[in-house]
Amino acid sequence: MSEVKRGYVRPLDLKHGHIDMTHGSGGRAMVQLISELFARHLGNAYLGQGNDGAVLPAPVLDGRAARLVMSTDCHVVSPLFFPGGDIGCLSVHGTLNDVAVMGATPLYLAAGFILEEGLALADLARIVESMARAAGDAGVPVVTGDTKVVERGKGDGIFITTTGVGVLPHDVNLGGARARPGDVVLVSGTLGDHGVAIMSQRENLTFEATIASDTAALHGLIAQLLATGADIRCLRDPTRGGLASTLNEIAEQSAVGVMLHERAIPVKPVVAAACEFLGLDPLYVANEGKLIVICARADAPRLLDLMHAHPLGRDAAEIGEVLADDHHFVQLTTAFGGRRIVDWLAGEQLPRIC
Amino acid sequence: MKYIDEFRDGEVAKTLAGKIAAQVRPDRGYSFMEFCGGHTHAISRYGLTDLLPPNVRMVHGPGCPVCVLPIGRIDMAIDLALNHGVILCSYGDTLRVPASNGLSLLKAKARGGDIRMVYSTLDALQIARDNPQRQVVFFAIGFETTTPPTALAILQSAQEQLANFSVLCCHVLTPAAITQILESPEVRQWGTVPIDGFIGPAHVSTVIGSRPYEFFAEEYRKPVVIAGFEPLDVMQAILMLITQVNDGRAEVENEFARAVSRDGNRKAQDRVAEVFELRHEFEWRGLSVVPYSALKIREKYGPFDAERRFRIDYTTVPDNKACECGAILRGVKRPQDCKIFGTVCTPENPVGSCMVSSEGACAAHYSYGRYKDMTA
Repeated sequence: MSEVKRGYVRPLDLKHGHIDMTHGSGGRAMVQLISELFARHLGNAYLGQGNDGAVLPAPVLDGRAARLVMSTDCHVVSPLFFPGGDIGCLSVHGTLNDVAVMGATPLYLAAGFILEEGLALADLARIVESMARAAGDAGVPVVTGDTKVVERGKGDGIFITTTGVGVLPHDVNLGGARARPGDVVLVSGTLGDHGVAIMSQRENLTFEATIASDTAALHGLIAQLLATGADIRCLRDPTRGGLASTLNEIAEQSAVGVMLHERAIPVKPVVAAACEFLGLDPLYVANEGKLIVICARADAPRLLDLMHAHPLGRDAAEIGEVLADDHHFVQLTTAFGGRRIVDWLAGEQLPRIC
Repeated sequence: MKYIDEFRDGEVAKTLAGKIAAQVRPDRGYSFMEFCGGHTHAISRYGLTDLLPPNVRMVHGPGCPVCVLPIGRIDMAIDLALNHGVILCSYGDTLRVPASNGLSLLKAKARGGDIRMVYSTLDALQIARDNPQRQVVFFAIGFETTTPPTALAILQSAQEQLANFSVLCCHVLTPAAITQILESPEVRQWGTVPIDGFIGPAHVSTVIGSRPYEFFAEEYRKPVVIAGFEPLDVMQAILMLITQVNDGRAEVENEFARAVSRDGNRKAQDRVAEVFELRHEFEWRGLSVVPYSALKIREKYGPFDAERRFRIDYTTVPDNKACECGAILRGVKRPQDCKIFGTVCTPENPVGSCMVSSEGACAAHYSYGRYKDMTA
């Protein structure tokens, strides 16, 4: 982000103002928006360098050059504000989690904003403040960013892309290809909260369930899990596509099968009810603050104990195991006593008619 | 979850499975058609066939609203969206059904058609009120369950004198479809589709009641047990059907008494009768042209009939030659008997309608049960 000398007088009207095309023009209006809103809330020494990019110290671990993890994520959620969060904190948590599930400690974030002409500055301010809070809580600064404005009708209020960089300890090797038969599958809490919170807010669905998104930064919990030295094969955060899609990815990458136990899978009653009502399957609904852990069976109990003691892992549970399976199916023993496949999601989840 | 968990209790299921196993005679097979896609979905999703003895076979019926919709009807909806500039409102499931020219409603939307998914006819009405300068068409599909809400939408728009709202009516009737299956040569003459009884519709029956099925029990000597869509409902219904077969009875029994009465929902029936009348014939996917099997909008409500308003006609479009949806919908073939099942035709790229809706026999088997084909 660049900053030039202040050549204007009237400050941004954050109460009643709106984004217009000048905020993306590269001129004074843009600089004003950056300094009075973005820099004000997200500012730090790196961002304050004021160049096209931030100069960052290369991480060194135990005297050796460390490996970096880098991840990027685009956020296009509608509505922008929902119970439990908003697109601002979501864009921070989403990328932090993607870095953290690689086993890395997140160090820096970059943020790109695409703003739609007409966006209320008050909304933008709320979003930026929320980002700043989330980044501050996580201890990870936003070190560079960019803003563009598109004409009305060409965006959905605001799109945010964040990129995260983290440092990977020498001895950590996690990956979707490392699951092997005999491993167990743990999940850090209830499934489907985020997706149902969003869906209950969509304008054509006035569904009045009090369900809050689970959006949260998981790197603290993950750091504790890794510190145990347990044999963790793979960590994932089951966002879009839910648990089902994430496990199908892992099964494919590791060339194994997975058997889940429906009874063991934690789902909040209100989420289950909403899914029932909407004709959705919570296994396919998005989460933004949940962790899937695939680990050696012997290590499962202590990892579960640790998660149960952490605020983000109170409802953690062992939900299944990894099997040898040439077809790489994810299957489920139903609470009813039968067995079925938990397949990849085909297209979008669309409600049934009858 | 109250009123849900009770009907998904694994322990009760075990007890019922034990009773079923004790009831079935080993010297004969039992073949029951579950008419509704909702039952097909429950059977696959809960792995219900795992709990049944091997000589009890469930035959999937045609009761999936999306599956029985012929290509030509979806072409009409796409035509309205792309060539008549209307806002086309549709239930979610219908969006992905393949139509002519490689299109579906979803693909027509990507080509610029203003196609919106709604959860209720009232949403479509609201869209019409909010866009007085645009024509809004509700694509009305489904059996008797979804018909009353469509009737209400038409009555409401007549009352409000909404000049920009109309309905593309493709509502179909359950009893006509059951008759068509029972009269089919596979069932009646050749016996290639043995049907010892029916699991009767759940939601449809809340509207029409249990009385309409009495004809099938008497005339065709087939037991009918109306059942809810929860897995225990289906298990209980199977037990009741087996008992009827063993007793040599053919009666209508109501397992779903918590929601279905003999006469059904009279108010809903009155609204439907006020707005709709029988079509002389209607083409179904799989069942071909079935006489008096669907509804059209009465002359009195003609202004709300999209077929009249936009002067669009139905044209028959043959199904893809390799697709066995027709035979599958009649119970003649199983999904895994179709050559393109799971290869060319998958939920991502459905060729036939049965692969689209999760109620469709092919989608249910592909998504939940295909491991059985692999390990068998």
